[in-house]
Amino acid sequence: MQLRAQLIDGIQLVSTQGRIDQAGAEPFSAALSPYLADCCAGQPAIVLDFAGVEYISSIGLRALMLAHKQATAQQGRIAIAALTPLVAEVFAISHFDQVLKVYPTVADAIEALR
Amino acid sequence: MKVRFWGTRGSIPVSMTAQAVRAKLITALSGAGGVDLNSHEQVVAYVDQLDFATAGCFGGHSSCVQLETGGAEHIILDMGSGARPLAGHYLGQHGGKPQTYHVFMSHLHWDHIMGFPFFTPAYIPGNQLIIHSCHSEAEFAFRRQQAEPSFPVDFSLLRADIRFNIMEPGRDYTVAGLTVSAKKQRHGGDSYGWRFDDGKAVVVYTTDSEHDVGDLAERAAFADFFRQADLVIFDAMYSLAAAISVKEDWGHSSNIVGVELCQLAQAKRLCLFHHEPAYDDLQIAQILNETRRFEELTREGAPLEILSAWDGLEVVL
Repeated sequence: MQLRAQLIDGIQLVSTQGRIDQAGAEPFSAALSPYLADCCAGQPAIVLDFAGVEYISSIGLRALMLAHKQATAQQGRIAIAALTPLVAEVFAISHFDQVLKVYPTVADAIEALR
Repeated sequence: MKVRFWGTRGSIPVSMTAQAVRAKLITALSGAGGVDLNSHEQVVAYVDQLDFATAGCFGGHSSCVQLETGGAEHIILDMGSGARPLAGHYLGQHGGKPQTYHVFMSHLHWDHIMGFPFFTPAYIPGNQLIIHSCHSEAEFAFRRQQAEPSFPVDFSLLRADIRFNIMEPGRDYTVAGLTVSAKKQRHGGDSYGWRFDDGKAVVVYTTDSEHDVGDLAERAAFADFFRQADLVIFDAMYSLAAAISVKEDWGHSSNIVGVELCQLAQAKRLCLFHHEPAYDDLQIAQILNETRRFEELTREGAPLEILSAWDGLEVVL
């Protein structure tokens, strides 16, 4: 899985797309890994742009939870932005919207984490 | 086969409070404006169209489920506090006439055995109770909870013929005309799921079971265990977020994982079970609605029917 990354206003914006399910979760985690390694105190926070994510299953949500735990352990910050309506529903039903920082738009997330 | 639920609450029994009853009455009466309620029939019709969380109650007994197979011998899954009203049901049906009861234990935690000292058939001479378990300490656990100073009637005073049958997971057994197999599950001290097949319908009872959603081999093994079941009674105590974060390793699962496993297994019905004791009826009803929506969002094949267990629910297969 290819991730697009760019530094905007001191925030590492990482964009992904497709399905983060049984087939897509491991490639997603592997692709995110180098950005997570740098997500620590004094370094840019990560905003995951989910506008292109079509679906996320439990294994994909677990990958997000592990990313969140790693970033938190390193005193880094990570947030997710621009969920599609379907993915937003999955976040709400699974209560991931109560555990992770989720913002309606990338701009909102950058503003909050800047 | 008929499945009747006598205890559906997780971890500890709960009871309806005065505040909860009052809230239900206020909701029901608030919606009655302009409704003609002058006759008993009109009142009944009004109550019957209210939603379950208002007019009903998911109940508070801990795990106990009855399988009715049509045979002479009785099948019980776990001995939570729901075993007490189940005992009354059996006595009402059979009185003192000797009966044979097969009890299948998921595990030996207190909420799953606490109803046994109140299971009246155990006190009646001529009855036979066979307690099937994959835990070698089953007899010790049952005897210990009735020993002084925990209970006034020692296990040795029970007059039924009570036997413990220790089974192995992964093997097929024939019990009371059913093909029965067990599967080891993630839970403190281990728990076991049970699969029952009477040749016409399959019921899977899988409670107190945590699933590591990152373990694909485990996922496939559970899908095989649930394969084409007519009913999967599933531990959905927590949200997925809680189950893999703050409540990781607490030994329970979520509605999301239940739907995914049942879809993978091409099961027909998923019954949410072992409800969180802190949840009220509105919260459990909301989880049911959300789970149905999640099933719609993720459906690729035949629809999976979603139910939420309540004390008194009957499911005919």
